[in-house]
Amino acid sequence: MAALLEMRGITKEFPGVKALDQVDLTVEQGQILALVGENGAGKSTLMKVLSGVYPAGSYDGEIHYDGALAQFAGIADSEERGIIIIHQELALVPLLSIAENIFLGNERAKGGVINWRETDRRTMELLKKVGLSEAPGTLIDKLGVGKQQLVEIAKALSKEVRLLILDEPTAALSESDSQALLDLMLELKAQGVTQIIISHKLNEVRRVADKITVIRDGTTVSDMIAGQDEITEDRIVRHMVGRDMAQRYPTRERRAGDVLMQVKDWNVFHPLHADRQVIRDVNLTVRAGEVVGVAGLMGAGRTELAMSLFGKSYGQKISGQVEMNGKPVDTGTVSRAIDAGLAYVTEDRKALGLLLDETIQRNISLANLEGVATGQILNDAEETRVAERYREALNIRTPGVFQRVVNLSGGNQQKVVLSKWLFAQPEVLFLDEPTRGIDVGAKFEIYGIINELSAQGKGVLMISSEMPELLGMCDRIYVMNEGAFVGELTAEEASQEAIMSLIVTD
Amino acid sequence: MELADSKAQGAEASGIGAYLVRHLREYGLLFALIAIMAFFQIVTNGTLLKPVNVTNLLLQNSYIVIMALGMLIVIVAGHIDLSVGSVMGFVGALAAVMIVQFEQSTGVTMIVCIIAGGLIGAAQGYWVAYWGIPSFIVTLAGMLVFRGASLWLLEGQSLGPFPREFQMIANGFVPDIFPAGLGETIAGLLGERRVNMLALASGIIAAALVVYLEMKKRAQNRAYGMETEPKAFFWARVGIIAFALVFILFKLSTFRGLPNVLLTMGVLTILYAFFTERTVTGRRIYALGGNVKAAKLSGVKTERLTFLAFVNMGVLAAIAGMVFAARLNSATPKAGFALELDVIAAVFIGGASMSGGVGKIVGAVVGAFLMGVLNNGMSILGIGIDYQQMIKGLVLLAAVIFDVYNKSKQA
Repeated sequence: MAALLEMRGITKEFPGVKALDQVDLTVEQGQILALVGENGAGKSTLMKVLSGVYPAGSYDGEIHYDGALAQFAGIADSEERGIIIIHQELALVPLLSIAENIFLGNERAKGGVINWRETDRRTMELLKKVGLSEAPGTLIDKLGVGKQQLVEIAKALSKEVRLLILDEPTAALSESDSQALLDLMLELKAQGVTQIIISHKLNEVRRVADKITVIRDGTTVSDMIAGQDEITEDRIVRHMVGRDMAQRYPTRERRAGDVLMQVKDWNVFHPLHADRQVIRDVNLTVRAGEVVGVAGLMGAGRTELAMSLFGKSYGQKISGQVEMNGKPVDTGTVSRAIDAGLAYVTEDRKALGLLLDETIQRNISLANLEGVATGQILNDAEETRVAERYREALNIRTPGVFQRVVNLSGGNQQKVVLSKWLFAQPEVLFLDEPTRGIDVGAKFEIYGIINELSAQGKGVLMISSEMPELLGMCDRIYVMNEGAFVGELTAEEASQEAIMSLIVTD
Repeated sequence: MELADSKAQGAEASGIGAYLVRHLREYGLLFALIAIMAFFQIVTNGTLLKPVNVTNLLLQNSYIVIMALGMLIVIVAGHIDLSVGSVMGFVGALAAVMIVQFEQSTGVTMIVCIIAGGLIGAAQGYWVAYWGIPSFIVTLAGMLVFRGASLWLLEGQSLGPFPREFQMIANGFVPDIFPAGLGETIAGLLGERRVNMLALASGIIAAALVVYLEMKKRAQNRAYGMETEPKAFFWARVGIIAFALVFILFKLSTFRGLPNVLLTMGVLTILYAFFTERTVTGRRIYALGGNVKAAKLSGVKTERLTFLAFVNMGVLAAIAGMVFAARLNSATPKAGFALELDVIAAVFIGGASMSGGVGKIVGAVVGAFLMGVLNNGMSILGIGIDYQQMIKGLVLLAAVIFDVYNKSKQA
């Protein structure tokens, strides 16, 4: 059997980061390859290289496709050759119909006039192929995620697909929808469509894949071929996480004090779909001086949990109770949550954490303007003093606190966000991916700040997709999957294997 | 990453030229105003700055300036209000109906009108703030509704005249509190027919105050290591502003003195400048416009502030409506027609950003006067309304292009 795709020695560098380092990937004609790895291992980057999002010349290495060297200049180029990616975030236009979406950009038209009869006929054929019984005129809006996923596949099939790439196709699907999708994949395989599936769900991977390629830290770790190699979930997990603990974490004296915050029976529903439960019966405690981790995959509901706790900033039909120092508190609005002693450093610091065009000073004071004002009137001098104090304490590297935040590096921006929340004098800080997109040196500094907070007796709830970071920093780790806590591990019990197996066997 | 930071610092420190480039916008506005005034002063053979015309210019633009204060806040909060022209006309009509038809006192009328303005702002702000309906649509509806409502109130007719007391809002002058003899002596010294000492004194006091406050701010900035403008620039700018204040007020003093409207306008401008720059609530409005999600997650009550921005806009539109009616001495169904566009243009010429979070009260006021001088100068020259509109349109476009160009060059 000939290889349809062979990627050799792919290396892709971003300023300061080597995202891919000599990755090899081979997919045989008519097979299904599963690509697995942790968040940030480089799977998406690799697929972007393949599809031409990062055009030829912007990476090193060679892509051989269909027997010839391929140099894609863009997505249109790779789609032309039959390589189609279905992304995790679906790319459908909600207010257009199924037929309109399938042929968007590829309209059945003559001289600019759409032939609707042809469009509908072709759509019905395609829908039949993917096993979706809906009228071509149905709006995407009216379909569930599972069916939308099928429309995406139908769209791919409309373009004479030869290599279909599915990025976490079942992440948002229910069990039965997932099964249906996997069946469809096997059927497409029988029709000769070569496929790559990126997934965290190892049972699914084992079910459909002919070969499993594991990548970690931007390099290929192993290939496992179904029928030849012994494939167990344990083995895959070991390959996924088995890196050396190269990063170091500043040490901290671990001493948990009294319970600072306690959350009881927290339940949250999706803000738009009232019947979709996002957080299920979460109970958690944070003690004084304790750093508590929340581990889980993307989409597990970690950010949703933090946001819903912090002023009900996410979701609807929220129920449950929050206690601070043993007393029930109201965290129903952000300002009440702040008053109750909470702070939330968001995952997306540019969109949710910072006023990018404002100065460092004005960002730092934002959550506690009363702290730099007499009554309603701001005291500029005091505001500057406060900003200077945090600039020094957190070592924000900048010519002055009057610099606009947009000009700072990621690490320094994150320190500005941390300063803002430290100045609000919280008792418990939620840190959501506190070191995402930050270089190694700044990471170490952020860890130092976290330890400092813990030494001051504050509680920290740390959400991170980087497991070594959780293992290195936390006293206790909650493992979250599909909106519920599926396990709790002490620092001694916790290991990447332990966390991963709690997630994948859930 | 660190390298990028220190590079920014290097660019920061390179001299007066770089400073000017970075602050071109602020200086540009001031110099544009001066240049346009100088131009019209010459081509109108000195008519532009005759005392009677300066007085007119202030009166003609007073309602635009008053509304620009509220519009700046609405725009900084990331919204727009298209209804202000109609609301202004409606409130003028309301005042006329109350005074002329129902013979209410001026005091009662003024209070009712301001409350009506606030309620109108609340009615529109409610949908924008709490329902998330785009302000463009809500206030477009308001524009139609209140245009119709003033037609209905006035039954399609003009209504007037107003009693003297009400006219005084727009056409009155603050009485000179200094002894008449002093004014006459000064007038003699300066070779003028008369000099209103109150007007002249307020000009000098205002100029002194500007110099004092600017110097204090500069000293403070320097103390905190904040970038200060080069000394020559500082004195040139402050000098020009101080001179302009004295000059304008002197011109007024040789005519009828300090108009009531100028006093209202001046006090409101100072209040709003203070509010936007120095208060907690003012700062939060900028945060809300800069990044509504980040502001909300930092505890800013974004909905409430949006709502209040519209209430405030309604109140200012009501004040403007009374000034306008008092100035014309009648309420007409067409009062304030298309005026919202002049107000919005003034705010954008003054440097506010369409996407919110950026803009200054002083900028909006200068922007309003820039448009006012253009209107006034072109009218004196007898340029037709057709060309006037085209020129004003192009000036607005030029100002915004200048902004965008400036920003892209800095990035």
